[in-house]
Amino acid sequence: MSVAFSLPDARWRAAEIAFWIATGLVFFVFPSHLVLASQVLITGLFAVSLDLVLGYAGIVSLGHAAMFGTGAYVAGILARNGWGEPLSGLFAAGLAAAAVAFVTSFLALRGEDLTRLMVTLGISLLLYEAANQAGVWTGGVDGLSDMQVRDLFGVFPFDIRGRTAYLYTLAVVFLVFCAARRVVHSPFGLSLRGIRESPRRMAAIGSPVQRRLVVVYTLAGAMAGIAGALLAQTTQFVGLEVLGFSRSADLLIMLVLGGAGWLYGGLVGAALFLVAQSLLSRLNPVYWEFWLGLLIVLVVLLARGGINGALTRVSARLGLARRQA
Amino acid sequence: MTAALRTQGLSRSFGALKAVREVSFTLEPGARHALIGPNGAGKTTFVNLLTGALPPSSGAVYLGADEITGLAQHERVKRGMTRTFQITTLFPGLTVLESVVLAIFERKGIAASLQTRVANRTAEIHEAIHIIRELRLERDAGSVTRSLPYGKQRLVEIAVALATRPRILLLDEPAAGIPAAESGEVFGVIAALPREVSVLFIEHDMDLVFRFAERITVLAQGSILAEGTPQEIGADPRVREVYLGDEAARG
Ligand SMILES: Nc1ncnc2c1ncn2[C@@H]1O[C@H](COP(=O)(O)OP(=O)(O)OP(=O)(O)O)[C@@H](O)[C@H]1O
Ligand SMILES: [Mg+2]
Repeated sequence: MSVAFSLPDARWRAAEIAFWIATGLVFFVFPSHLVLASQVLITGLFAVSLDLVLGYAGIVSLGHAAMFGTGAYVAGILARNGWGEPLSGLFAAGLAAAAVAFVTSFLALRGEDLTRLMVTLGISLLLYEAANQAGVWTGGVDGLSDMQVRDLFGVFPFDIRGRTAYLYTLAVVFLVFCAARRVVHSPFGLSLRGIRESPRRMAAIGSPVQRRLVVVYTLAGAMAGIAGALLAQTTQFVGLEVLGFSRSADLLIMLVLGGAGWLYGGLVGAALFLVAQSLLSRLNPVYWEFWLGLLIVLVVLLARGGINGALTRVSARLGLARRQA
Repeated sequence: MTAALRTQGLSRSFGALKAVREVSFTLEPGARHALIGPNGAGKTTFVNLLTGALPPSSGAVYLGADEITGLAQHERVKRGMTRTFQITTLFPGLTVLESVVLAIFERKGIAASLQTRVANRTAEIHEAIHIIRELRLERDAGSVTRSLPYGKQRLVEIAVALATRPRILLLDEPAAGIPAAESGEVFGVIAALPREVSVLFIEHDMDLVFRFAERITVLAQGSILAEGTPQEIGADPRVREVYLGDEAARG
């Protein structure tokens, strides 16, 4: 069969394998930065979840924190009330977030882009206020502390340097990422891209578009919930900001920075954003957002498709140069 | 014999405008039926009512013996009725092969599957390649749709529609915007379809209409003005009036 007839296959590429080995090496190379590294992975997973929804299915959202926050609070509340086993807590958080995503999807998936932006934003604001009011459970503005997360597998305690937390986070993020990768390479994943490209044409080839969107929104909700639960369990704290608007907005920025629609964009964008934030805020704690803003404007205007777009163009140019040489 | 597709008093208004009024229409099994009429006659609106893209203001649509007036668009496709678009409506960012494979997945009910991988579905890929070859698009199979010239995109419209294996094919100006030399090629593909497929096509070019249609319905201002064989329609003074203006009809 000629090259023109092959479809992108699901085999792991060398660059992907190198990427994951590098995330493992972080443990040895940056032992004093494991807390930040865990945050990057968790936020990266959260961004991968948005990528499924936005980058693949084309659903814009400014309220993805609704599911992240749900997961964080569920894990937090469980751990405070005697259910401190981390893995089952993670599972419960994923289920709860999936349920929130499923129920709200019937509102969030209506209408066009602007409607969706506003409805998703509205839903996350509702949940934020609800969490604020339910202080008995959530700790309100003070946040939810005194969580009792038990040792992982009953053996590995979550230490103060974040070593267990990092390895635990890395393992969970990698497994969930593999699941997302599977989704993307499946017929379902192709149908999501079809919906992103043209919902009208999808309906005209017999696709129940709305149903597919509900499914991916729910799946992504579970992923976001797991990310939220990871944050709660590894930091032993849940603040209201897990449901905050800026969490959803920053997430969108990260995904655009990394490039939507190739799964790694979320991870790369989160790393870039959080590391830049950490470095810039150390340089100048007051004005770091200025530089962040500049970075965003430059990436969006100059490197269409984010880091991925830039890399693709550079490698295409190199390839061309090599062929001409 | 039951009609392949039938409408009863089908109407659709946009505000005060009656775009389609009281259309009772029959598409026979195996038909090569043309729907013609001046710009704004309501042809595309009529197709949108047939496919369920628009709900009718009143009237009913029957597929075979079943009423399908309230059926969702994708369910009508599942029952064997597929359309193409006057204004090219494809998956701009997917390759031609991906687009056709996707339509096959939908037809086979595996498009929601998480169990398998697209690249491993050799049976569907082979079928897609077969369709792509029939439309002589094999050299473009790996190209992203938006990068193709317009004429090729019109062929992709048909390839994607054929991948659903329709029993009824509704073609809204399939050759719209293609140079006359190539439009014959598009209709050649349509003419070569097996007789199990009933075809309704909208077309402005009268040469093509008279060459490929065995029956013609003329729509004007939303209503059926005339219907008959190409000879009957060609000789109908009312049709000539609509198309050529009063003077030509009188002269
Ligand atoms: N969604 C809509 N909203 C309002 N008016 C519409 C809509 N769709 C079509 N119309 C109007 O209905 C009338 C019929 O339009 P339609 O597109 O069905 O005509 P047509 O016969 O397909 O014309 P053409 O040969 O130019 O394609 C036109 O006056 C058009 O402006
Ligand atoms: Mg039209």
